[in-house]
Parts: sequence; C-alpha cells; structure tokens
Amino acid sequence: MTTNPTIVMTSAPLVQAVNVQKHFGGTVVLDSVSLEISAGEVVVIIGPSGAGKSTFLRTLNQLERIDGGSIWIDGQLLGYKYVGNTVRHCSEKEIIQQRRMLGMVFQQFNLFPHMTVLQNVRYAPVQVSGEKEADATQRARDLIKLVGLESRVDYYPSQLSGGQQQRVAIARALAMRPRLLLFDEPTSSLDPELVGDVLAVMRTLAQQGQTMVIVTHEMEFALDIADRIVFMADGKILEVGTPEQIRNEDETPRLRAFIGRLRKES
Amino acid sequence: MSGSERTEVAHSHEDDLARRLSTDVSTAVRTPKVGQWVVSIIVLLLAAFVIRGLAINSAIQWGEVRSYLTFRSILLGVRLTLILTVVSMAIGIVGGALLAVCRLSSIRLLRSAAWLYVWIFRGTPLLVQILFWFNLAIFLPRITIGIPFGPSFGGWSTNSVVSALTASILALALNEAAYMCEIVRGGLLSVPPGQTEAAKSLGLSRRKTMTQIVFPQAMRFIVPPTGNQVIGMLKGSSLVSVIAVGELLYSAEVIYDQNGKLIPLLVVVSIWYIIATSVLYVIQYYVERHYGRGFKATTLPKGRIATYLASRRTRPTQTPSYTTEDHV
Repeated sequence: MTTNPTIVMTSAPLVQAVNVQKHFGGTVVLDSVSLEISAGEVVVIIGPSGAGKSTFLRTLNQLERIDGGSIWIDGQLLGYKYVGNTVRHCSEKEIIQQRRMLGMVFQQFNLFPHMTVLQNVRYAPVQVSGEKEADATQRARDLIKLVGLESRVDYYPSQLSGGQQQRVAIARALAMRPRLLLFDEPTSSLDPELVGDVLAVMRTLAQQGQTMVIVTHEMEFALDIADRIVFMADGKILEVGTPEQIRNEDETPRLRAFIGRLRKES
Repeated sequence: MSGSERTEVAHSHEDDLARRLSTDVSTAVRTPKVGQWVVSIIVLLLAAFVIRGLAINSAIQWGEVRSYLTFRSILLGVRLTLILTVVSMAIGIVGGALLAVCRLSSIRLLRSAAWLYVWIFRGTPLLVQILFWFNLAIFLPRITIGIPFGPSFGGWSTNSVVSALTASILALALNEAAYMCEIVRGGLLSVPPGQTEAAKSLGLSRRKTMTQIVFPQAMRFIVPPTGNQVIGMLKGSSLVSVIAVGELLYSAEVIYDQNGKLIPLLVVVSIWYIIATSVLYVIQYYVERHYGRGFKATTLPKGRIATYLASRRTRPTQTPSYTTEDHV
C-alpha cells in the first residue's frame, strides 16, 4: 500500500507507518515498511532475527531515527513538524512530548536499579507528568497490584526474579497512561518457567483494550493474543494477517519455513 | 594414600559399604597448622622489635612529639591542609564531571578540547604545575576579563590576584580535574545504555536522565576511586610547601629549620596525616554504602568500625530477601 497519507483524517488509525526506511551504514534494516494500527488493536510482529522487528518498534518511540518515509501517531508526524509546507526537525522537547504517547517494555527490563519497585513505577508520573506524589503513589500501588506484585513494593529490582522485574517494567510503562504500549521481546531473557506470568499480565492488558505492538518469538502466545500478526524478514513486511490466516499457512514460503522451524524447536 | 589402608578398605565389600554409610565428615579432627603458627610468631616478633625500636629511639624524642602535636602553628597547618584538600577536591570533582560530560559530548570539538586538557594535565608532574601557577606573573603579567579578540571588561595584575595560596589551589584543583574526568567518564560509561533508553521511553528530559538516572548509578563506580583521590590529594597537598604555603608539612619545616628537631616534627606530621586519612576511610565507607543501595552483589560487608557504630544504635530497617513463593 503506497497511497499518500493525508495529514488530517477523521477516522485515522492510531499508528500509521508509511514507507519507513532505515539503514545502519550500508545495511538496509527497514525497507519501505508500511503498517497501520488501530486503537485497541494487538499487533504481534514475528520473524527471524535480523528481520528489523525490534528496529521498527524502536522507531515508533524514536529511540531510532528513520531515514525515509514517515510515521504518524494520533495524527502527529513523529520527530518532524510542518512549518508551512516545509518539514522541519522537532526540538528535543517536542520529541519528548511525542514519546509520552508511548510506553515501552524492554527485553532486559531496564528497571532503575537504585530505586525500589514503588519508586520505579511512581517516578515518571511525578517527574515527567508532574502528578502529585500521593496520587502517583496510589496509582503506582494499583498498577503493582495489577501485575501481581503488591507484596514486593519496597524491594529493589536486584531482589526480584526476571519475571517479576518484567512485570514491574510493564507497570512502570503503564503508569504514564500510554496510548500505545510497545513490547520488545519481553520474555526472551526469562527462564522458561517465568514466561507464563508475564504473558498472563499481557493478556489482561489486551482484554482491557490496551493498544499493543509486541515483538516476540512465543508463537502460540502470538496466535492466541494477536488481532493481527505481522511477518517480517530482511527489513520488509512480507505478510500481515489474522491468526487464522497465519495458522492456515497458505502464505509465502518464507513464513511457512519460519513457522515450521519454530514448531520443530518447541 | 598408603598401601596398607587401601588393602584394609578393599578387604571386604560389605565392610567398605558399612564404612561409607557411617562416615560423617562433620566429626573430622582438625590437623594443627604448624606453618601458620610459625609465621604468626615471626610476625609478632618483628612487630615487637620495631615497636621497641621506635619507643626507645632517642632521635624520635616522644616527649617533643607529644608537645608539638598540638602546637599552634601545627594545628593551623592541619587546618590549611584540610582546607586545601576540600577546596581543591571540590573544584576538581566539579571540573572533572564537566570535562567527562564534554568528553562524551556529541560535539567533536568539545570532545577534543577535553581530551587535550586531560592529556596535558595528566602528562606533566604536579610539582611542575605548582611552580608554573606560582610563577604565572612572569609569562602572564596581567589577567583581563573579556571576549577573546574582542573588548575587555577589566583586568588586574597577576601578582595581586594569584597569591601562593591561590596558585596552590589552582594547581591542585586543575590537576585533580583531569584525573576526576577519567574517573567520572568511566563511571558514566559503566551504566548500561538500556537505562538511558528506559528513561527516554518514559519521556524524561536529557538533563533529568543524566542527573537522576545515570549519575546516581555511575556514583557506585565513581566513589571508590574518588576516595583514593581525596586521600591522595590530602597527602599530595604537602607538595605546595615548596612555594611556602603554610600547610601541615611547611608549618613543621619552619619549626625544625629553627630548632633542628627534624625527626620529632616529621613524626608529628605523619601522625596528623594518618589521623586525617583514617577519618576519610570511615567517610568513604558510608558514602559507598549509600550509593550501593539496590545492588546486592556489591553490598559492602560491614567493617569493624561500622559494626561497632551500628551496634550502638538499633536500626529497624530489614532487607527483604528474594523468594520464589509467588510464582504460580
């Protein structure tokens, strides 16, 4: 789909990536990636390593700059702005403002190790959104309860298991009330027996209508939770479909091979 | 393993099995460690020999040491040494942190400038730098404030601005900044990049990310070498005695130049330096513990002093331990 986007659309999707280009040096990492995501949708991105899945996710909250095309979230052009008819770079402040629409959960959790669970979750609402300490604390406690760690509020991340840390990271991201939540291989660095707890929390969020983009290798989970599955390889989106369409496997040979390999592993 | 034991063990299969089942190593008898005792006795003997030598050595004149220990000019010297250390170290730490941020800057010229600074100030001896600053007036007779190649707003003769004390502080602080730069830079680089990314993704500004996320974590790596730097600075400040600044060593020099009691006064000086460095060790312990919070692997074992201090006041804080009970 290569139609030109109009700047303002009444029923615009929450996310619209249009012909996104990205290269590291001479290597093309994202080759004309276009994708639309509606509010409330759960999109799971699968594909072999080096496909550009994580890079695409990171361009959405501007941890990576894109080299071409455009990304629109909630009608805003990411990282740039129109001044008259010219496209200009956003200032640092404007980029920070745009990032606040999104939350991100990382493969390595990246909790702040010098803060307790409660402090981690409460930190950004107080420091970035300027919420009152008392309100933020109450909300943080609710979120920590939501991820099932109310008995661990005063622990430091180093005192928690990987699965517990990742659940705190989800609570921390939720505390900023993101329009869109990004998950970058959230279970890839967890011991197998801890994966279930994290996936359970993500299921709950999906049921509550949270818009999510998830990069994962958990194929069964993907088929179960996704509204749509995106298959990427070599920096391109090769296939987009509902779990049923993907399951039926009458798609590209690359996807068939990829799913076949995953089946063999598990 | 002797042959007779082996035959005894192998003599019956059932005996062997019974013996294995009844063996409990907790009942083992300790072999006396003769070697350890010999070494300990030798060390004790040597220590006694040295202590006795020091105690009866007539050159030390312990009576003189005792009276000079709290001599007025010596105490003033101690005070100036502490002031030099604190002021130079404070400027050095701030300067070093700024230099470190410059060295990690995205602006190339700023990186190069900071590198050049560190290269020059680490590459020349501190003593030479002290002499340079002290004789600044020779190659820079006037100091003016203004825009380079532009108008100037005022000026002073260098000699009136840079006294021996100012020269000492300049020399010690600017030299220290170069070393602190490398320490701070190492600390900042040791914080995983994921921390900055997490802060960014939460919408934190660059400044808050630096001051509230990266720096507190970097402190864990910065504090221990900085403690060494402070101790080094305390002792290194004695170098400024060459430009007649009345710190501890110079105060002693003035006295022994008059009365010739060199050894007693050097002992006095050493005692004061040891007292000061010991106090710094205790301070360093607490600072390290503060910045180590949340990092289980590097939690410091309690030293004897700290254990003693802790035993004097009861602390209700208990560290929760990690359990797996809530994995279902």
